Amino acid sequence: MVRLEKRPQPSKKWIYLTPIVAVVATMIAGGIMFAILGKDPFEAIRTIFWDPLFNEQFAAYSRPQLLVKAAPLILIAIGLSLGFRAGIWNIGAEGQYIMGAIFGAAVGLAFYPTESWIIFPLMVIAGAIGGLLWAMIPGVLRVYFRTNEILVSLLLVYVAEFILASMSLGLLRNPEGAGFPGSRNFKSYASAHNAELIAGTGMHWGVVAAFIAVIFAYVLLAKHMLGFQIRLTGEAPRAARFGGVNPARLILFCLGTSGALAGLAGLFEVSGPSGQISIDFNVGYGFTAIIVAFLGRLHPVGILLAGLLMALTYIGGELASLMLGIPAAAIQAFQGMLLFFLLAVDVLTNYRVSFGKAEVA
Amino acid sequence: MDLSAISPTLLIASLMVAATPILLAAIGELVVEKAGVLNLGVEGMMITGAICGFAIAVETGSPVLGFICAAIGAAILSMIFGVLTQFFLSNQVATGLALTLFGLGLSSLLGQSYVGIKPPSTEKIDFPLLSDIPYLGPIVFNHDLMVYLTLALVAAVWATLKYTRAGLILRAVGENHDAAHALGYKVIRVRLMAIAFGGACAGLGGAYLSLIRVPQWTEGMTAGAGWIALAIVVFASWRPLRVLLGAYLFGGVTVLQLNLQAAGMAIPVEYLSMSPYLITILVLVIMSAPRKGGKARMSLAAPACLGRAFHASS
Repeated sequence: MVRLEKRPQPSKKWIYLTPIVAVVATMIAGGIMFAILGKDPFEAIRTIFWDPLFNEQFAAYSRPQLLVKAAPLILIAIGLSLGFRAGIWNIGAEGQYIMGAIFGAAVGLAFYPTESWIIFPLMVIAGAIGGLLWAMIPGVLRVYFRTNEILVSLLLVYVAEFILASMSLGLLRNPEGAGFPGSRNFKSYASAHNAELIAGTGMHWGVVAAFIAVIFAYVLLAKHMLGFQIRLTGEAPRAARFGGVNPARLILFCLGTSGALAGLAGLFEVSGPSGQISIDFNVGYGFTAIIVAFLGRLHPVGILLAGLLMALTYIGGELASLMLGIPAAAIQAFQGMLLFFLLAVDVLTNYRVSFGKAEVA
Repeated sequence: MDLSAISPTLLIASLMVAATPILLAAIGELVVEKAGVLNLGVEGMMITGAICGFAIAVETGSPVLGFICAAIGAAILSMIFGVLTQFFLSNQVATGLALTLFGLGLSSLLGQSYVGIKPPSTEKIDFPLLSDIPYLGPIVFNHDLMVYLTLALVAAVWATLKYTRAGLILRAVGENHDAAHALGYKVIRVRLMAIAFGGACAGLGGAYLSLIRVPQWTEGMTAGAGWIALAIVVFASWRPLRVLLGAYLFGGVTVLQLNLQAAGMAIPVEYLSMSPYLITILVLVIMSAPRKGGKARMSLAAPACLGRAFHASS
């Protein structure tokens, strides 16, 4: 008979071990999935996790892509992790990401074709505001009407997608684009282009912002009163209430921050790697970031590593679909599996497995 | 714009069809939540049901078999959630989200070779004489079997929860799992059964989308229907008959905006298309806003153990 006994304290060892065990378990389960699809599992796993970094043929292209893909994931996940720690579930980051991109791009396009150094900073601010405002909708509704923020933030993703479609077909459409949907391309507009800072590294302003966000989140959680309140609310809600934590302020702060960061991620993406507002601009970073946040144990440094790993599965997945014909959807299922295994293994952090008959208490 | 092109009879008839997938998913989720489990994976189970049902129906040529396999497929998927939350005591919100993300990936993986195919069509049931009644006939008596089965299911869930011992045990587990455990009820077993039922219902809802409502398979075709089903459960204050009302209200909005699009209303298509989501949010706000007495109507009705993990030794 297998039983679970609650640990008096969460195990320190397992906090660090769970992500590693989960990744290994996912590789095994993923290998089985690839085998079912009729591919060599070892080759598939190697193509996804090893070749993008170390294969001479692909690494030159793939390594810079790692930062490009990881930056939005980390940026969004850092924001989400603050709320998740306090039991505030913003799962509509995808929508905030879209709105940030639209706001930022709109500001940039409004200045076209003026060239000035101030345009890009203005776009960054507008991007953050766009995401912030979009996240404030579930925040304000939660605080004043006690509406469930999970459902509202998620439903707003679909609304944002329709706004994106409307923008790329209407207001923000490139007037010289021969009627094709999509805005002007920022790559040909120097003042608004989020270009590579160091050629060949994939390093752009979004990557810089992601690193800054990691540091800020670390300091906030470790040293700041607000960070303490976030952790307290998550771990002991009753104690937090007696301890004078203002829940409304916390909700608005967590949702606002995560929205602003998601908006920034959207802005850096639209002005850099993506280049323009288009109907299929969003590719699900906002949802994958949820996996990143959990895989990183809601800890800033963990999220940094988890974001890089998840970016690797994106790039490796593209490579695998190119080289081995593994469908792109398999990678999505693979990422979902990772979260399952992580949540399953997580039981060992808080519980001890014991064998044998239960003692009479 | 030509509003006279919109026929009220057809509108109500198509409303019932539009509401059916969400109604199925919502009534399943209601049972799950009544047992004290919050499964946010409805969207993932729905889309998995959509592709399972579609694939089986195309391969065998039998929509009935498709629906059965959709229910089984989604119920199996829901068991991942069940095992993780009930045995591994994982966070229900996170696990539900994982189920949705995994279901979306899995479904597009399974559905690769089914894009652009037409499924075998489902016959409408012909009620002799009844369907000839003016107005009422086309509205009520001119649908496929699933519409009526869904209504019967809602009634069955309502009666089971209200009048039977099984329903009482289910509600006891959802309201106070420690007390139910002390009385000797198998909390985890009851919850697993509820989760499987919810999965099967969501799967049927998904299959209804891909086999009858649309009918074809496209990636991500549920487009938030699962989330709207979750919202409808909240809107309904966890009461089966109000779920029916909520689903029909939502179906009405969907059908109306589609008709307005067709009638060429001066509002851009995108803004009409987003209206069902906005109205769902609006309804949620109204339902959850605090009353004069202080407590929200919603928080009074929610099962007391909703979303809390049960561990016998604690």
